[in-house]
Amino acid sequence: MSRLTVAVGSQDHVSGPAEAPVTLVEYGDYECPYCGEAYPLLKAVQQALGDKLRFVFRNFPLADMHPHAVHAAQFAEAAAAAGKFWEAHDMLYEHQDALSDQDLAGYARELGLPNTALGQAVSGHYDAKIESDFSGGVRSGVNGTPCLFIEGERYDGPRDYDSLVEVLSERAERR
Amino acid sequence: MPDAPHPLAAGTPAPDFDLPSTPDQRVSLSSLRGQPVILAFYPADWSPVCGDQMALYNQILPEFHRAGAQLLGISVDGAWCHAAFAETRKLHFPLLADFEPKGEVARRFGVYREQEGICERALFVVDAAGTIAWSYVSPLGINPGADGILDALDKLAAPSKGAH
Repeated sequence: MSRLTVAVGSQDHVSGPAEAPVTLVEYGDYECPYCGEAYPLLKAVQQALGDKLRFVFRNFPLADMHPHAVHAAQFAEAAAAAGKFWEAHDMLYEHQDALSDQDLAGYARELGLPNTALGQAVSGHYDAKIESDFSGGVRSGVNGTPCLFIEGERYDGPRDYDSLVEVLSERAERR
Repeated sequence: MPDAPHPLAAGTPAPDFDLPSTPDQRVSLSSLRGQPVILAFYPADWSPVCGDQMALYNQILPEFHRAGAQLLGISVDGAWCHAAFAETRKLHFPLLADFEPKGEVARRFGVYREQEGICERALFVVDAAGTIAWSYVSPLGINPGADGILDALDKLAAPSKGAH
């Protein structure tokens, strides 16, 4: 069974209380259609679990397959620097068909990011973070996107709403 | 129920093979002696995108190369099918066609599924001397990822203390 090799820490994008009884980590790619499908579902799961769930997003851009994935990840990291990671994350998944550099510039304006933020990001300012997410994911057994880890264990089970709510609630109870 | 697979285990010399990598080129395992080789047997080209094992390994290729290892994908698909698949997915490593006699190499590694006529989803790390250092068979529908491969390569790079 593959396990998360990099513990959730200050480098991570986290939604939900730090002391939540169950942690779900997603390795995702902003241009991956399966991640796009999972996005509203994971939102609903977060809502259902409420304070019982801590949700973490890590970058796993499959650049050869998805030409816009890396710039999208860079944009989201730039937004994170301005304290707006989740706004950017949601924006990207809600507009997966519009991820060109021009689109990203529009999103940056919409979020009110500093003028130079996006340029700095696409020139590689956050690449070390993105690459470290990626290689940590590889070492943890990420096997495609989205890849989910529940309490540090790779979750290979069904990814529909009911199954996820059930398995996460069950893990939360166990604590 | 089909028999459980019996993949060749660590410590076994890897059977040599010579398979087409393109319609007019061939790759033999013995020609890669001197460096670790990763053999990734997989059931078929064109499995669904994103979760696709070969596309994932393509992205991880620099990490394999950093460990000095070469990666070979192997399935029973023909060389032309592999060529189209590799071009579409922009794969930067060879896909070998275990096509004629069908599944012969997979059979010798203990990872052929007679009933379906395809390879298991099986991984082998072969050391620089041609001995299997690690092997793993994943449930057919589950992409095994690359953590096991990288752990095995790490062990090759740092032989256990007290070995001599």
